[in-house]
Amino acid sequence: METVWFCLVAIMLAVYVLLDGFDLGAGAIHLLVAKTNEEKRQVLASIGPVWDGNEVWLIAVGGTLFFAFPLLYASSFSGFYLPLMIVLWLLILRGASIEFRNQVESAVWIPLWDFLFCASSLLLAIFYGAALGNVVRGVPLDGSGYFFEPLWTNWRLGEQTGILDWYTVLVGVLALFALTMHGSLWVYMKTTGVVNERAGRLANLAWWTVIVFTILITAVTFAVLPQLRINFSRWPWGFIFPILSIAGLLGVRFELRGRNERRAFLASCAYLTGMLTSIVFSVYPMVLPARDGVHSLTISNAKAGAYGLKVGLAWWIVGMILVTGYFQYVYRSSSGKVAADTDHAQK
Amino acid sequence: MQGPLGLHRVHFAFTITFHYIFPQLTMGLALLLVYLKTKALRTGDEHYNRAARFWAKIFGVNFLLGVVTGIPMEFQFGTNWAEFSKTAGGVIGQTLAMEGIFSFFLESTFLGLFLFGEKRLGRVGHWWAGFFVWLGSWLSGYLIVATDAWMQYPVGYTRGLNGEFLPSSFSKLLLNRWALWQYAHTMLGAMQTGCFVMAAVGAFYLLTKRFESYGKTFVKAGVLVGVVASILQLAPTGDMQGKMIANFQPPTLAAMEGLFQTQDGAPIAILGQPDVPARKLDNPLVVPNMLSFLTYRNWKAHVRGLDSFAQDQWPDQIPLLYYSYHVMVGLGTIFIAVLVLAAWLLWRGRLYTSQWMLWILMLCLPLPYIANTAGWMTAELGRQPWLIFGLMRTATGFSPRVSSGNTLFTLLGFMGVYALLTILFLFLVYREIEHGPEPEESNRQPLAVAAD
Repeated sequence: METVWFCLVAIMLAVYVLLDGFDLGAGAIHLLVAKTNEEKRQVLASIGPVWDGNEVWLIAVGGTLFFAFPLLYASSFSGFYLPLMIVLWLLILRGASIEFRNQVESAVWIPLWDFLFCASSLLLAIFYGAALGNVVRGVPLDGSGYFFEPLWTNWRLGEQTGILDWYTVLVGVLALFALTMHGSLWVYMKTTGVVNERAGRLANLAWWTVIVFTILITAVTFAVLPQLRINFSRWPWGFIFPILSIAGLLGVRFELRGRNERRAFLASCAYLTGMLTSIVFSVYPMVLPARDGVHSLTISNAKAGAYGLKVGLAWWIVGMILVTGYFQYVYRSSSGKVAADTDHAQK
Repeated sequence: MQGPLGLHRVHFAFTITFHYIFPQLTMGLALLLVYLKTKALRTGDEHYNRAARFWAKIFGVNFLLGVVTGIPMEFQFGTNWAEFSKTAGGVIGQTLAMEGIFSFFLESTFLGLFLFGEKRLGRVGHWWAGFFVWLGSWLSGYLIVATDAWMQYPVGYTRGLNGEFLPSSFSKLLLNRWALWQYAHTMLGAMQTGCFVMAAVGAFYLLTKRFESYGKTFVKAGVLVGVVASILQLAPTGDMQGKMIANFQPPTLAAMEGLFQTQDGAPIAILGQPDVPARKLDNPLVVPNMLSFLTYRNWKAHVRGLDSFAQDQWPDQIPLLYYSYHVMVGLGTIFIAVLVLAAWLLWRGRLYTSQWMLWILMLCLPLPYIANTAGWMTAELGRQPWLIFGLMRTATGFSPRVSSGNTLFTLLGFMGVYALLTILFLFLVYREIEHGPEPEESNRQPLAVAAD
């Protein structure tokens, strides 16, 4: 049962990254692909109807972790105290900047929110990446099941790690590049005119940075964290995950050449899914590895009671059927391109 | 409230109090929006659709602030109260996760449709969108209240090997009787906020002689729904909450009422300041025997005072608890008086011209916010010194590794961010009210989410 929940949480996390990933990415590239007010409204309109629902996945992941793996929730949230709080502040700023921007027509109001939207999206991408880096690298857990990481210590992979060290910063940068690519492809797919062209070019550029960093970080990861190879040798079918991400990444390039906007975006989804599932697969059955390799949190020592997990599964399935329905409806009703006209960015 | 425990408590108290400014209006206003949309559907009068559109804009800003200040709440159980989360997450995580999956997705989907899909959905479709926004917000309220109710009155659980709480009955957790009454009481409180805000804006328009037809609609809706909510708030819901506290949290009742000595025929204190070290109420203004009657329907009933409990069972903030409770009850009484009077004037056809009453309605605007906040403070301070009543003490629940310096840092950070949000909220809502429910289409650009 705990393996089922491990997979479900991983799937929810992947959905969150795919969905909120593109609107974060769109935010990060906002000032690069859009110059005039109309163009900026076009970018915002492409994520407008969906960003809030995308963000709900984060809350859903948090809640699910809470009841399925209470110890993991308690330990990781208190251990990652500072970066989580910073993420929360950035989410507040970002939500406010998307919704408040168009409320007042003013030469000081709009640029301020545009800047905050871009900056908060960019920093969120880096922090999410660094958080993922922390999980892969392991944290200084001890026998109490707790740890606390300051934002940084000496930037090395020692015993007393900080949230940021050279490794997690690298992962953060990769996350920024990957979401830049993902967001560019979304904007590329959803817009017309000059914004569409710029987004396509930016996606191409981002693709090179993504492939360089993906190779670099994969190599570094297996060099400094050899234990992550174990699952791949134990269950070779797990290679399907890295293969998916490679196929996705090559697919992005191929589809960009063919100007298949939709398929390029889907290929980017495959890349991100492949990367995340590869990580999750190589960490299993740990949910939060310890630096010392002894006090790791695993699905069995962090799980909740059997009855709770069973009941939870029943309502979770019902809930997910409903949610799938909502999302299908919303994405279908907002499908198609956001016009480049100046008519208040209406579709 | 010194040291890490005090800081973690203030951290949660500050962020939850600020957060709840927004959902109480969301939940109250959602119901009134359904009311306006129903009127529009029944009468076919475009007036009600314009009225609903006007409130939908304020609703949108308010909802967004509820969302962005609500996300930190979901995280703070883990960040600041890790020991509690680890021990009780198997139970309370259920209701919190259900809130995300069953209500937040519902709300976010249908709010977008409600705000920007009016033309596409048609009259009936738009009514349904409003209905689902209401349903989502009220469902979310229930799941949060059920979480709190379990901490007040834990049911349907067993203890694991390490003392952790595990759910043993899902239906008991969801249908906790404490949750049912507390939910009714909380929703009525939210309705009063919605009603007073709507009536206050209506009174403002009537007093300033602008948008007067809308002013009348708003005052009427606010007063009529508000008077029902205010009376139900007192009885049966408030009364039942009091009885449950008397039965299951007797030290809380004594502290709320400032009753230090156990006695037969206990009085109720209307005014007075608790002096805890001296175990007495200063400057008391009391109604003899009233507490006995209200609690047990018997003028001479025996009521246990604080002296009959060991001091480590007492709530640790007795004066603040006492004041919260008295402010809540005092304001609730004022609401009934104001709204009954206003409803009577409405019935006599004199409300819209009674300047003094319109002034009162307008100036009442902040009071339901204060009453709702005081009500939650009564519930949560009354639960002390327990995190889970009778089972887990608050002092054992916070995150052991998060230092005071870090907690203070993020508390100050939240204060700064929320100060900024307050200014923005007041500015944007005032602009909407100034702008009014214009009959002709506004030529201002819609929100970014207006993309459909």
